Amino acid sequence: MAAGEAQQQPEHLQRRWHYIRKLLERPGPFSHPDFEPSAEILDFILNSCKILVVGAGGLGCELLKDLALMGFKKIHIVDMDTIELSNLNRQFLFRKNDIGSSKAKCAVEFVNKRIPGCEAIAHHCPIQDLDEGFYRQFHIVVCGLDSIVARRWLNGMLMSLLQYNDDGSLDQSSVIPLIDGGTEGFKGNARVILPGMSACIECTLDLYPPQKTFPLCTIANTPRLPEHCIEYVKVIQWSKENPWGPETSLDGDDPQHVAWVLEKAQERAMKHGIAGVNYRLTQGVLKNIIPAVASTNASIAACCATEVFKVATSCCANMNNYMVLNMTEGVYSYTFNAERRTDCIACSNSTKILEVEPQATLQAILDQLRDDQQFMMKSPGITTIINGRNKTLYMSSIKSIEERTRDNLKKKMKELGLFNGAEILVADITTPNTVTIKLKFIENLQDVDMSHYIE
Amino acid sequence: MIKLFSLKQQKKDEEGSARPGGSQKKASAAQLRITKDLNELNLPKTCNTEFPDPDDLLNFKLIICPDEGFYRGGRFVFSFKVGPNYPHEPPKVKCETAVYHPNIDLEGNVCLNILREDWKPVLTVNSIVYGLQYLFLEPNPEDPLNKEAADELQSNRRLFEQHVQRAMRGGYVGSSYFERCLK
Repeated sequence: MAAGEAQQQPEHLQRRWHYIRKLLERPGPFSHPDFEPSAEILDFILNSCKILVVGAGGLGCELLKDLALMGFKKIHIVDMDTIELSNLNRQFLFRKNDIGSSKAKCAVEFVNKRIPGCEAIAHHCPIQDLDEGFYRQFHIVVCGLDSIVARRWLNGMLMSLLQYNDDGSLDQSSVIPLIDGGTEGFKGNARVILPGMSACIECTLDLYPPQKTFPLCTIANTPRLPEHCIEYVKVIQWSKENPWGPETSLDGDDPQHVAWVLEKAQERAMKHGIAGVNYRLTQGVLKNIIPAVASTNASIAACCATEVFKVATSCCANMNNYMVLNMTEGVYSYTFNAERRTDCIACSNSTKILEVEPQATLQAILDQLRDDQQFMMKSPGITTIINGRNKTLYMSSIKSIEERTRDNLKKKMKELGLFNGAEILVADITTPNTVTIKLKFIENLQDVDMSHYIE
Repeated sequence: MIKLFSLKQQKKDEEGSARPGGSQKKASAAQLRITKDLNELNLPKTCNTEFPDPDDLLNFKLIICPDEGFYRGGRFVFSFKVGPNYPHEPPKVKCETAVYHPNIDLEGNVCLNILREDWKPVLTVNSIVYGLQYLFLEPNPEDPLNKEAADELQSNRRLFEQHVQRAMRGGYVGSSYFERCLK
């Protein structure tokens, strides 16, 4: 910041970065041994560091506020949802008038107005609508999501941005750290993921509790709980009666649908002498709602924001790497080192190189995968992605697919849409996961056959 | 630790610029896993699969033609829908053939523990195939979805067998009509 500018500012703004300066411009007993204090770091936070906040709900509102007050200005926030009445008790950037508007937009408007200098930008869309180029622009991604699917997608996206050097080592400048927070009632967790370097979402997928489901036969014949009655209407009765026609699927956000389910569930509960089916429970079961606790969100978001600050400034080592908070009985917390899976489907750099002649047929590639010392596969199934669509190139294990992909074996790579650097996905019993193999065209430099350059 | 600050000072100017080779879309984790499952599918001789679109490995049909038990000679079609959260969540499986069976209702819902409460990500499509095949060999009246069929199997095996036969040949059992599904 220019000195002249600072003098014109009111006193409270002049002293605005006083405390953060103390952390960044001098070493301290807790700072990282490699930390080099400098004034540039504050400048980086204020003017360069770009952060993406994913989700503008309970955690997202907290995160946006925390980060903006810390000094981060270039913050983008994505959320596809709109504001509902039931959000207002904890999603404090929204007011009653905002009901029905975009969460991301309202949050950004509020924060930009309230916090001087903040230049947050909203994206009201699903995360899947934004592409690689969008995600690549950020230094750090923080997420406060309630969906495992969305987390896995985001994780996969950040992994796909990693670049590896020719010797297989990771190019660290392609790493975009992911700070992930999650809460459920009085429980929460925060974690730091360095894609390609530490355990990712997919490495620790087993840690997510399975969705609570009831055996179908219990729901159908021996219901004992009010939830059983609601599940019955949701799973069985809806598709049987199709009250809004077969095209309309059950929507937990549609009050008419909820009312219909409630009525049917109450009838069923009555028949089986079960009490406790009400509107709230019905909505809860339909939408899998777990009551959100504002203070859990605040705690977890604070941890995440602190980790963002640490990653951005290197002033202090990050948590290693998974923090659990449980406030159901007393307040309990611990941090452990979630380990990477060496065979992780998302973050292990399993991409292998296969050198092929540009004129090779799929059959030739298949033979190479079987015979090459590096692979020695038994009966590889090969798929790829062309123009964003999955394409099965060959799979011998399934008769109907084999018959329809057999002709591909005779085709050359170009005919199949493959190119130099294209990736094929190969599954085989000899490997624990599907392997990604990058095709590298080899040219015979001595006597280059020009014929295939001529179209 | 990663020294983001020093690493990133220089970078991030090439916003949105596509890098060479980075243009091909990556396969989702669910896609990678189902490819693996299917490539290793080891079907019993009574089972077969059909893929309406060979490029879409997430939606397919399984056909079971039991060669013993009550349902011998029948042909039963199941639809599999593998969601984006596979294998964290099981595939959605429905029986498309009307069948008189204690564990399958007339809407095609199937009561098989590994399809719901006992699903684990280590299980595969193959585990479900074997589970479904087992339902035809050993219908389980303890966990009924079609309660009449279950009660009948317990109280009068002969009658149950006759009703299964009638349903497979095509006809009414009670007030429900069953399409013929004999091979």
